[in-house]
Amino acid sequence: MSHPVIQVNAVTKRFGETLAVDAVDFAVPRGATTALLGGNGAGKTTTLSMLLGLLLPTAGRIRIFGEDMLRHRYRVLPRMNFSSPYVDLPHRLTVRQNLTVYGRLYGLPRLGERIERLARDLQIDEFLDRQTGKLSAGQKTRVALAKALINEPELLLLDEPTASLDPDTGDWVRGYLETYQRRSHATVLLASHNMNEVERLCSDVMMMRKGRIVDRGSPRELIERYGRDTLEQVFLDIARSGERFDPREAAQ
Amino acid sequence: MSAAPDIAPRRAGFSPGRLGAMVLRYLYLLRSSWPRALELLYWPAIQMVLWGFTSQFLMTNSSYVARAGGVLLAAVMLWDVMFRGQLGVSISFLEELWSRNLGHLFVSPLRPYEWVLSLLTMSLVRVIIGVVPAALLAIPLYHYSIFTLGLPLLAFFTLLLVMGWGLGLVIGALLLRHGLGAESLAWLAVFLLAPASAVYYPVSVLPAWLQYLAWTLPSAHVFEGMRAVMFEQRFPLDHFLAAVALDGVYLVIGTIVFLMAFRQARERGALLQMGE
Repeated sequence: MSHPVIQVNAVTKRFGETLAVDAVDFAVPRGATTALLGGNGAGKTTTLSMLLGLLLPTAGRIRIFGEDMLRHRYRVLPRMNFSSPYVDLPHRLTVRQNLTVYGRLYGLPRLGERIERLARDLQIDEFLDRQTGKLSAGQKTRVALAKALINEPELLLLDEPTASLDPDTGDWVRGYLETYQRRSHATVLLASHNMNEVERLCSDVMMMRKGRIVDRGSPRELIERYGRDTLEQVFLDIARSGERFDPREAAQ
Repeated sequence: MSAAPDIAPRRAGFSPGRLGAMVLRYLYLLRSSWPRALELLYWPAIQMVLWGFTSQFLMTNSSYVARAGGVLLAAVMLWDVMFRGQLGVSISFLEELWSRNLGHLFVSPLRPYEWVLSLLTMSLVRVIIGVVPAALLAIPLYHYSIFTLGLPLLAFFTLLLVMGWGLGLVIGALLLRHGLGAESLAWLAVFLLAPASAVYYPVSVLPAWLQYLAWTLPSAHVFEGMRAVMFEQRFPLDHFLAAVALDGVYLVIGTIVFLMAFRQARERGALLQMGE
């Protein structure tokens, strides 16, 4: 197995008395598409935020591309990017202006050409000069994806990439992500509670519950381990199990 | 399994390109809305018109104003430099909160101090857009040109702008700590300092206890200096040096407080959550 792109050791995050992430350990290998799966409040977004350096862990260590994120995040950030429907791009700027600003923040050469190419690929060229705030939810998601791919990241972190999209647009976005991953061999970590999305995109799933990773495997392995037919059933088993989680007990 | 010994690109340090990108972001915003651009010109022009007529009236009814026509106009325009300087920092900062954009900005390679520099740059741009047309308008309307102050004007302008930056950064820190609930501070906070800044009257008018406070403000030294130039035709070096030193203190404190608030925001997860 190649060296992991993400290495997380005993990472904990407390907000006052609330333990949001509890001594989590995991590694994500290069080129994998991995899901963080869990219900609301399981700690998925908190974990992603710490990986991005937006949130400081209370304890533990995060290494990305072998670099300590707490000490050397600026060596790593040019090689990664992120998209979330919950973090907006400036509404009053046009799509082109937003992509120009972010392209310049990443110091990208031949930015105009890159924006045009990305716009064609993501089918946003028709509204490149429209204000971002005036786009539909599906259009905004594609623009957010364009921003997340503008630096051709080796590591892409996605927080619920198809939340609030109609099935057709959601399917299109998933297809695009598959194509991007195959073409670039990027490592992708996505937080989601959309089981179809996870089954389609991910070779590896980490199940989170109450701030801990309680199980891990490929979608097929998890389904077999729990004696279920779908990943959704596995998810419900884990989400509805008692205070102390036991996969064998949950499987029964 | 050990961590990958990847060779990460070493792109540490200040980048003029990233600073330029952020300035461009705010210029795009300014360009996208003509009412916003007009608002920059509107208040300084209205203030100047009101105080211009007041000055004309007082010229014939007040020996103080009669000694140097334009003293009130110069004061109002210079006060606006400080107010607009602070507001320029705060508004650009608020734009990021309103658009919930901090999460995207700080997963890019943008450093917090590069962002701060872009806020200061935009503050200068906004002050120039707001104050220079008002100053030019005063020439045909009231036959008073603030530019006759000469080089001291440049010193006063810079000193007040830097004080505005220091205040703007402290307000930015409060916004990072308390979110948009503290938004009104951006418009109100500077007026708390107006009485002790002695904009339209000498510091000696203030009660003794308030004079002590006044001398800790660069603005009080600047306005005393302005009156010395206009009434006595001399540049008061003591006030100038005191204002320079105090400005340094204000700017350093403002920057430290802002960067500390930024770190605390990362501890609380506020960079992702903050917004309307």
